[in-house]
Amino acid sequence: MITAERKPFEEIYECAKRHKRVLLLGCGTCVTVCMAGGEKEVGILASQIRLAARERGDEITIDEHTITRQCDAEFFDEAITRKAAEVDAIISMGCGVGVQFCSERFPDKIVYPAVNTKFYGATVEQGVWSERCAGCGECIVAAFGGVCPVARCSKSLLNGPCGGSSEGMCEVDPEHTQCAWQLIYDRMEKLGRLDELEEVQPLKDWSHHRDGGPRTIVREDMKL
Amino acid sequence: MNATLQKSGSRLEAVLTSGQFAVTAELGPPKSADVDVIRQKAGYLRGVVDAVNITDNQTAIVRMSSIGAGVIALQEGLEPVIQITCRDRNRLAIQSDVLGAYALGMRNILCLSGDHQKFGNHPTSKNVYDLDSIQLVMMLKGMRDDKVFACGDEIRNTKKSPIVEPRVFIGAAANPFGDPFPFRAVRLAKKVKAGADFIQTQCIYDMERFRKWMEQVRARGLHEKVYILAGITPLRSVKMAEYMRDKVAGLTVPDHIIERLNRAENAEEEGQKIAIEQIHELREIPGVSGVHIMAIEAEKTVAALAEKAGLLPRPA
Repeated sequence: MITAERKPFEEIYECAKRHKRVLLLGCGTCVTVCMAGGEKEVGILASQIRLAARERGDEITIDEHTITRQCDAEFFDEAITRKAAEVDAIISMGCGVGVQFCSERFPDKIVYPAVNTKFYGATVEQGVWSERCAGCGECIVAAFGGVCPVARCSKSLLNGPCGGSSEGMCEVDPEHTQCAWQLIYDRMEKLGRLDELEEVQPLKDWSHHRDGGPRTIVREDMKL
Repeated sequence: MNATLQKSGSRLEAVLTSGQFAVTAELGPPKSADVDVIRQKAGYLRGVVDAVNITDNQTAIVRMSSIGAGVIALQEGLEPVIQITCRDRNRLAIQSDVLGAYALGMRNILCLSGDHQKFGNHPTSKNVYDLDSIQLVMMLKGMRDDKVFACGDEIRNTKKSPIVEPRVFIGAAANPFGDPFPFRAVRLAKKVKAGADFIQTQCIYDMERFRKWMEQVRARGLHEKVYILAGITPLRSVKMAEYMRDKVAGLTVPDHIIERLNRAENAEEEGQKIAIEQIHELREIPGVSGVHIMAIEAEKTVAALAEKAGLLPRPA
């Protein structure tokens, strides 16, 4: 999933108080799972803004709504279109994709982001999410026991660990980040495939990554 | 390794291929454009070492470029080993700098991943890591031996121009103290396969672990394919030893060394004694071709160390 964290309250409030009536729009997919911008978080943030507005004497009306996915046109139905028409601005609690797609759907409304989008990650335990994929456009994990060195090594090293691997952890964040190369080594050892790690991995073609420019997927067979 | 044909015009290569025990030292460029700092440090090292290793923004702190400082070292009569890290430059910038460095007289390049920018003075910067240190070795070998850029194009100005490739002696680093330990010799093997001619190790305090690593290196026959320069950093205080142990990931300082420094009346002198003993020990380990002295910001102490360790005079 795409993971995100809610922005600090004051940053969001600064945007909200510029308008009389604001729609707080949640997203029911990734940001719901990582508890940053789903229906529940919309409710909490809306209450916080109302409370702060009352205390500070600001006049802000907050509308609440959550759609299944902010990154997909089919979920922008009549109900949301009607609600959007009634407000001065939208605060999207969707990821960076959702917030931009909202702007595209409602070209005459200003859309503010309420979350900081982080990474493609997994829920490793309740309340902990960890990065797994960098979206490099050409998956190479098969050569590394299913562990991605591009996303999970701090230096994206493809040929083994640097000197900063210590007791299984990465020196860049020894508290939270496991050394990808320790994981790769352990996994390949378990699989009896350590010899494969002796191959020198050639220079990676980054043109499929963001380095090749913003990317578009076109599936002619799927187009209507 | 009795190569009669030199791969580069490097003096370090000549010393190593002649079978002499090589001595190199680190020269850290200044955190300014102050040329005198380099000239002064060069003065401490001239005639004391076979080559000086010029660091490339080490610990991710901005300093004068290794190539710039290398040119000054060369003017001062020293042979530079230019460090190139993968942190700050992509394959275009690195190849371009290698051509420039060669044109300016550099004959040795040491390929490194580079310290993560988190540890330096620009922690908010973006890093590059277009390639890793092993791929960098491979790219330099391709430039030198196959006379092509990483993209496959020949190293010539026009189709009719002559090929003028950078003929450099290619170095890489090895850290026998990082984890996972069994992979450390494998990683060296990959560096050798990629084309490394010489290796500088992380500074050694845990001699037992270094010996174990060298056993693995010899078991793979790597010591016959690459020249290994063992890293030495003389300890100057108990505080420094504890810092190296606690703050530098992948570095171990055994308790007995810290105890020795603790007991000593003059920790700096004791640190030098330890370094001298280490050099004697390292010379006896089969497969160690030389030492690389990293006297961090204490280049002036290298001459005395080399003298006392019996490393002088250096070959002409």
